[in-house]
Amino acid sequence: MPRVPIGRAAVEKKGWFRANRWLLLRRTSQLLIIALFLIGPLAFVEWSDDAEEKIWLIKGSLASNVVLDTVPLSDPFIYLQTLLSGQAFEQTVLIGALIVTLFYLLVGGRVYCSWVCPMNIVTDSAGWLRRKLGLKKKCELSPNLRFWVLGLVMVMALVAGNLLWELVNPVTLLQRGLLYGMGAGWMVVAALFLYDLLWSRNGWCGHLCPMGAFYSLLGRLSLVRVRAVDREACNDCMDCFVVCPEPQVIRPALKGEDGVSPLIDESLCTNCGRCIDICGPEVFRFGGRFNK
Amino acid sequence: MSNKKRLDRREFITRSGKMVGGLALLGGAISGYGKQAASMPAYAIRPPGALPEEDFLGACIRCGICVKDCPYDILHLAQWQEEVALGTPYFIARDIPCEMCEKIYCVRNCPTGALDRLMENIEKSRMGVAVLVDQETCLNMLGLRCDICYRVCPVLDKAITLERFHNPRTKSHTLFVPTVHSDSCTGCGKCEYACPLPIAAIKVLPESLAKGQAGEHYRLGWKEKEKRGGALVTPDIEHQYNLPEGFQYDLLGEGLIAPQKQGGQ
Ligand code: SF4
Ligand code: SF4
Ligand code: SF4
Ligand code: SF4
Ligand code: SF4
Repeated sequence: MPRVPIGRAAVEKKGWFRANRWLLLRRTSQLLIIALFLIGPLAFVEWSDDAEEKIWLIKGSLASNVVLDTVPLSDPFIYLQTLLSGQAFEQTVLIGALIVTLFYLLVGGRVYCSWVCPMNIVTDSAGWLRRKLGLKKKCELSPNLRFWVLGLVMVMALVAGNLLWELVNPVTLLQRGLLYGMGAGWMVVAALFLYDLLWSRNGWCGHLCPMGAFYSLLGRLSLVRVRAVDREACNDCMDCFVVCPEPQVIRPALKGEDGVSPLIDESLCTNCGRCIDICGPEVFRFGGRFNK
Repeated sequence: MSNKKRLDRREFITRSGKMVGGLALLGGAISGYGKQAASMPAYAIRPPGALPEEDFLGACIRCGICVKDCPYDILHLAQWQEEVALGTPYFIARDIPCEMCEKIYCVRNCPTGALDRLMENIEKSRMGVAVLVDQETCLNMLGLRCDICYRVCPVLDKAITLERFHNPRTKSHTLFVPTVHSDSCTGCGKCEYACPLPIAAIKVLPESLAKGQAGEHYRLGWKEKEKRGGALVTPDIEHQYNLPEGFQYDLLGEGLIAPQKQGGQ
């Protein structure tokens, strides 16, 4: 049965731009964050004759950085590993990790995945290409495997007393490589791309990445959520299931069996908004957790 | 219990078994790799004020702030193909040595304490210890006056001194032997960088490779004596020569002097 190409209905109904609005915003956000790091010092301030200070908008990398040379921001996933390894009780990194944790508690942990993490661009592209090429192979791993990997990461840090996972973590490798030089790290990223393309749909982000798993735990109670506000309008085209990186989260809210609320209340949802974009009948919308 | 349920359970068990096995494999592989990666190659030097290596690998969050803060672009974050633990900062002295800047910019904003942010005096840093590793090619050891390592050293005349020795080859010249003093050497690598040989004769090594350790019970007699202000055991007695009759000994001059023959001349 020839299927209507994915997203055709949305483009016809809403126009290309609105059918890709959240995707465009996300890519802008992801690239802008990298760009801000790359700008370098904004200004040179001379305090006195011998002291010249550089003022940076943001300095460091996603692992840890300082904004305007005052506010620290640190990745709680890596910080937790340093804590378990028995190190880094420093105030700066603690404050940085708390600020970041608080932010993701509010907006949804996996906002990190869809709005910040550059690896998401790689895996999304692999997903897009496999749809174009009509590759069908599903991922045979359980989507819960990533939580076990997360556990393993933390246990390794605890037992070994150093950040074992960071010796191989492809996600921080990419994040850091974009700012400090990749070297042969491209091979690792390419390998992940091919894995997602040929082996399994959403194989990395949807099944294995412990960072995504960690951030999803932070997103349990997030205030920002996607809602299937107009679920009666759904015509079962299934486009949203095809484009969603975590399709299992949609069904309860969309189908509303047994009076389930239209709120996609699953911490694995990345708040990427792709379902909002792709839906012709405009079933989904971003909303607050407590919206009626 | 229905057949289907029993099957489900069996499948569940095999699946969990596979998962646990896979995870154990992954963990084992990473730990094995981690052991290897945790041993720094001797040519790589951590920034000043770094914690001891095992602690450093647990503390450093791989943010690269130290890299951005160094005004001379000395530091570098390890990449995938390199031998140093992925993402951690280091430099290679022969490529570009630490300038030992007075402000020690690199340590100031380290968020984790992997580098000692409160470090005040760069001369207190111990990134490694320089060692004159090749006494056969060092120009000074061959009897020339290169002296370059001595002259570029920022801790001038303390970290490296030129010790004078008799040149046994020419029998009439002096060797000026570059001698590193680990209590003053910061490990900045300036000497290694500047050595004019195609491969440096002096190299900065991690302290664990560069240093021996004296036995705990060893006491250096002359130091103890200095401390006490006199001999420790019996009082010093002036040295006496036991010479055959008529012979003399001139310590600083001719040496043994035979007695003059009487009357024969
Ligand atoms: S799952 Fe991991 S790699 Fe994927 S976007 Fe999230 S943090 Fe990045
Ligand atoms: S001490 Fe100065 S020159 Fe040396 S690495 Fe640090 S910032 Fe760079
Ligand atoms: S600033 Fe500190 S935590 Fe960041 S890379 Fe340098 S040593 Fe590591
Ligand atoms: S490494 Fe060399 S130049 Fe630097 S302090 Fe030591 S002896 Fe001097
Ligand atoms: S710079 Fe090299 S060759 Fe010259 S004295 Fe020092 S170690 Fe020897």
